[in-house]
Amino acid sequence: MTKDVVKEKSMIIQKEMITRIFKDLSTAKETGKKVVYTFVPGNISELILSFDMLPVYPEINALQSGMRKKSGGFILDAEKHGHSEDVCTYVKCDVGMMINGNIGPTGEKIPDPDLLLLSYTGCFTFMKWFETLERLYPGVPVALLHTPYQEGHKITPEMTSYMVKQLKEEVIPKMEKVSGNKYSEEKLKMQLVNSSKVEDYIIKIFDTTKHRPSPIDAYFAGVYYIGPINIGFRGTPGAVTYYEELYKEILLRIEKGLGPITPEGVIEEERFRLVVEGPPNWTHFREFWKLFYDMGAVIVASSYTKVGGVYDMGFRVNPDKPLESLAKYCMNCYTNLSLQQRVELLSKCITEYHADGFLVNSIKSCNSFSAGQLMIMQQLEKQLEIPVGFIESDLVDPRYFSYSNIKNRLESFFQMLEQRKYILKK
Amino acid sequence: MDSLAEIIRKCEELAFDLKFTRAKEWKSLDKTRVLVGHMPIYIPREVVHAANGLAIGILGGGDKKLIIKGDAYYQSYICHMPRSILELVMDGHFEGFDGFIFPSICDVIRNLSGMFQLLGKGRFIKYLDLPQNFKRHIGGEFYKQELQQILEEIYKINGVKVTPERLRHSILLFNKNRRLTEQIYNIRQEFPWRMTAADLYHIVRAGYVIPVEEHNEILENVIRLIQEERGDPLDKIRVMVIGAFCEQPPVGLIRTIEMAGCYIVEDDFLMGARWIQGDIDPAGTDPLSDICNAYLEKSTFSSSVYDVDNPKEDRMIKLMTDRKADGIIFAAPSFCDPALLDHPILQKACNDKNIRFISFLYSENTGQFKVIKEQVGTFSDSIKLWEEPVLFGNKE
Ligand code: SF4
Ligand code: SF4
Repeated sequence: MTKDVVKEKSMIIQKEMITRIFKDLSTAKETGKKVVYTFVPGNISELILSFDMLPVYPEINALQSGMRKKSGGFILDAEKHGHSEDVCTYVKCDVGMMINGNIGPTGEKIPDPDLLLLSYTGCFTFMKWFETLERLYPGVPVALLHTPYQEGHKITPEMTSYMVKQLKEEVIPKMEKVSGNKYSEEKLKMQLVNSSKVEDYIIKIFDTTKHRPSPIDAYFAGVYYIGPINIGFRGTPGAVTYYEELYKEILLRIEKGLGPITPEGVIEEERFRLVVEGPPNWTHFREFWKLFYDMGAVIVASSYTKVGGVYDMGFRVNPDKPLESLAKYCMNCYTNLSLQQRVELLSKCITEYHADGFLVNSIKSCNSFSAGQLMIMQQLEKQLEIPVGFIESDLVDPRYFSYSNIKNRLESFFQMLEQRKYILKK
Repeated sequence: MDSLAEIIRKCEELAFDLKFTRAKEWKSLDKTRVLVGHMPIYIPREVVHAANGLAIGILGGGDKKLIIKGDAYYQSYICHMPRSILELVMDGHFEGFDGFIFPSICDVIRNLSGMFQLLGKGRFIKYLDLPQNFKRHIGGEFYKQELQQILEEIYKINGVKVTPERLRHSILLFNKNRRLTEQIYNIRQEFPWRMTAADLYHIVRAGYVIPVEEHNEILENVIRLIQEERGDPLDKIRVMVIGAFCEQPPVGLIRTIEMAGCYIVEDDFLMGARWIQGDIDPAGTDPLSDICNAYLEKSTFSSSVYDVDNPKEDRMIKLMTDRKADGIIFAAPSFCDPALLDHPILQKACNDKNIRFISFLYSENTGQFKVIKEQVGTFSDSIKLWEEPVLFGNKE
């Protein structure tokens, strides 16, 4: 029997934030606020907000459609309109949602974009996605921000300067034109001060999984924790308040020796500690989570929570160098890291958070994550001699979520972890 | 001089020599020569050439390589080509290659560059971030730095200093190569029966694995030979094939299309060889910038380039009209996001302009063409039935 979800204060704050942003969006035409569509990885919300514009994230709409069990229908509608079965389902879900009136999660219509800000960090499909949107919203200007890939495992001055130039000469002038406001470096700097505070909190929060039991789940609950910075609150005082509160609550859990909160209740006994690579499935999110809850498996780190920014390796925005900071932030998102960097980051998580196993949830839709994932898995297995597991699903296409397959695979994986624990104890 | 059949036979052998024998032979003659493999779609081969290198197109194993190890690295829902490339890696086909270049076309190729890095292949791996900003002082400058990095990497290996003269010489050779290739397409546009699309494919693909000087000679000979009448015109429709720019269709599929009642008069199979439309300035004082500017200003349309101000559907239709094609065949590799996400856009444009099209998926090792043959046959018949019959090449 499912128990009632315990609502902590941070959850209430987050809910209010989401309601507010969708309310603002639904009244944007009346209030005259301009709307910018953009993506989560490399979301330079601070800049958007500094022009008093409102961001919309098509991926967030897609994942919420998935959670509300609407994505299946949207995807079919997009396929009826000529989209292939083989491509990223986020795109199809978004197209389908648009065909069906673009109604957001709160039941209100999401306004059409005034600007398409294509900052396609770490994923080429973003580019294709906006080529599609550009045709669905003819005449809407596109500001393109090309984020160079960290192919040499680092950010070079040339990469940064290329991005800063694009920001100065492409993105900002278009934002000025659309919003009717002048660029204010001071305003942006103030936002970045908040962002850097939030980045510090995020690290502290996800670092708490070092404790035993871990007070949080860094994957299933983690996606809620990264919500505010990924859905338009980067740089806002509201985000600082939210993360401050969340951190306080987590510290309290540590003090009390409590495990993570889940929709089924608190995990009483932490049996396995895992690091997970890859996005989650949204259409069966709760069932999926419950599979782990039932086994006492806690996710102590996940790559997915780093998709909107990686702060583990020391990067923080620097308010004194605002445009450079935005550039570096974009280049530092998880899927913009080289495979070697991803292996290093995951290896650090496995070691520092004392994981018992490493699990890949491979997403059919997402080449950005999935291509190369098996090699990442092999490298970690070899380097750390850690048990690895592999499951497959999709983000928002319910046709690719097979409960029994996933359950079977997870059961064998947990059995393997159990045996290993037994051997290690002996 | 060799006959056309003989040239085609040689090109076929070269094109599918997965041991890259000719390239390795070429390298063995001079210690400063280097071999640089590159993935689809496009890299400026002039740069490698000027550094005394041979840029070799890596196009996967097609239907000529059995996949055993490659499958262990890729999930079933990722296109086929990267697994056959890894199979070639594991089986040592690229021994003797000095470096590899991965142009930024999609996440699969991008992450493949990381896999090569993790496997420690080649003395350098360069992910070539082709700019999506097309202003000379922004994207152009960044691109130039990217190309300079390639030159530096090759210099570390062979010590060859690339001078403007060397670059200009390379530009001239590749300008010629593109012009000759285009000339063959132009002749085939008028007289498609003189040489099949599969033969043309072999000829162009041979250029991916041999020195440009040798390929130019081949192209010149082919042009001389197909300028004479040969073969008989058949009652076929003329089509353009789009979407096959990366993972290559098996040659059997190209043959099937032509056997099922079509002349392929335009395609994007080996798009990299024809990427730059026209010449790169061969006489500029800063030839590296000239190469960059050509990319910024003379690139063809592509699924891997954002087309803010130059919609690809318009360019596709113009190309189709220029080639006097009757219809379009959208042929894309399964699970290819770039190609497949373009289809709704391109197909809508076809519908708006009443252009007939069909579409199907393939993978580089597809072995059964029966269904495709029927589909193409019906397509060809439907166009023939409803359009005025014209015997191509004998136009009024
Ligand atoms: S391919 Fe992956 S990262 Fe890209 S849009 Fe789709 S789900 Fe997102
Ligand atoms: S076939 Fe498509 S998805 Fe696969 S590597 Fe090529 S462009 Fe990328």
